[in-house]
Amino acid sequence: MTQERILAYTLPALVAVAVIGVWEWAVVALDVSPFVLPPPSAIVDAAVANWQSLMDSAWVTLRITIAAFILALILGVGMAIIFAQSRTIERALFPYAVTLQVTPIVAIAPLILIWVGLDNAERAVLILATIVAFFPILANTTLGLRSADRQLHELFDLYRATRLQRLMRLQFPAALPYLLAGMKIAGGLALIGTVVAEFAAGSGTSTGLAWRIIEAGNRLEIAKVFAALALLSAIGIAIYALLSLLERQLLKRWHESARPKE
Amino acid sequence: MLLSFDHVAKRFPNGVEALRDTTFTVNEGDFVSIVGPSGCGKSTALRLIADLTKPSAGAIKWSGKPPTLGFVFQDAALMPWATVEGNVRLPLDLTGTDTATAGARVAEALALVGLEAFAKSYPRELSGGMKMRVSLARALAAKPSLLLMDEPFAALDELTRERLNDELRELWAKKNLTVIFVTHSIYESVYLSSRILVMSPRPGHVIADIAMPDPTTRDPDFRISPLYGERCRAVRAALQKGGAL
Repeated sequence: MTQERILAYTLPALVAVAVIGVWEWAVVALDVSPFVLPPPSAIVDAAVANWQSLMDSAWVTLRITIAAFILALILGVGMAIIFAQSRTIERALFPYAVTLQVTPIVAIAPLILIWVGLDNAERAVLILATIVAFFPILANTTLGLRSADRQLHELFDLYRATRLQRLMRLQFPAALPYLLAGMKIAGGLALIGTVVAEFAAGSGTSTGLAWRIIEAGNRLEIAKVFAALALLSAIGIAIYALLSLLERQLLKRWHESARPKE
Repeated sequence: MLLSFDHVAKRFPNGVEALRDTTFTVNEGDFVSIVGPSGCGKSTALRLIADLTKPSAGAIKWSGKPPTLGFVFQDAALMPWATVEGNVRLPLDLTGTDTATAGARVAEALALVGLEAFAKSYPRELSGGMKMRVSLARALAAKPSLLLMDEPFAALDELTRERLNDELRELWAKKNLTVIFVTHSIYESVYLSSRILVMSPRPGHVIADIAMPDPTTRDPDFRISPLYGERCRAVRAALQKGGAL
């Protein structure tokens, strides 16, 4: 492991240790009420005491996040491929994709809930999270598919390449760095979308981490709220780290972004 | 005769007239250089021959069936995600050549340009000259009888350029190719060619067709011979007369 990589891991860890230390000290020294800001030690206690229910809820949130991400990936890449084949189709449909993106999820949540039925809150959350995660994949992949070198396009013309050959051997590899960047954004958005949708759905049939936060907040179990928040952050970081690893593995041999710094 | 440009004109949708009433012929086995100022339609002429764009007027006529083409661009235009081998194999994959034949042709093309040892390398691991060799190998892998080259060595340093000029001249002689070579360089064109077509400023047309006898006898000493200087002066005079200099 290079010195740079070691620093990339140790520096944030040192910051975390320092922040937690100052936080623990300040809460005790300033006599802050645990209903406002519990000390980190209390959050750990709450996490241990509620481990099973928090883990169950985390699994629900993670499951929906992964499903929404995969759905967004399939829909985003699929639509981007269609857009890349025809500017007319792109012009006709892209404004609606943008409309979907800029409409606040909490505003359409009630509608989606009514459409899928109040008993299917999890399905509504999945749809809402997919809508949130879909756009960066669509926008990035569309741009990437159009970014292939013009001279390479001419070479494919010269050898009378089929549309499928052009897509698979030129456009898709050229779009890969863009797609992977879009996936990193979409991974985080899928989690945010899931949590916001869980809040917006607000139904007892959805038992994800957002529901645990609402429940604990209502009972003034603030340490448990923080424990659930810490779990959400951990899931978010894990998703980002996994997608970054995938990006590094797929681009390391050829893309400039993966070239080690001198 | 292999092909003829018969009063060809090319006007782009933005109104730019690249070529006007351009007429010339190319014979089998020729090494024809097209020399002229920037924007005179040299590259457009190549793209018309490759059927990458259509003429606005006139016609490009072939003596028989259009031959297999190879095209070397000004930039190496390699796929950065593919190895050297993968890049050279591209034309063969696109034209459905079977795996065994493609493998043999890729190996042969890489040997011709001296890059066998770099088959598994990626373009970013290569120098500018090596990338251009890969581009040349890719064009040769398709076994073209007509090689179109659009200022292929323009971005290279002088020493690399001279070395690649020699390699290209050897390949042309060995492989019995017809080459149409676009360049800004009078010196390069005189060293390589059997004929030089001098173009006028835009809208381009051929203002001189200068024969360069005994192209196969050239070697690095030719670059310092009086004959070389004399021929360079002749091309320069033609460019001056046409208003290109």
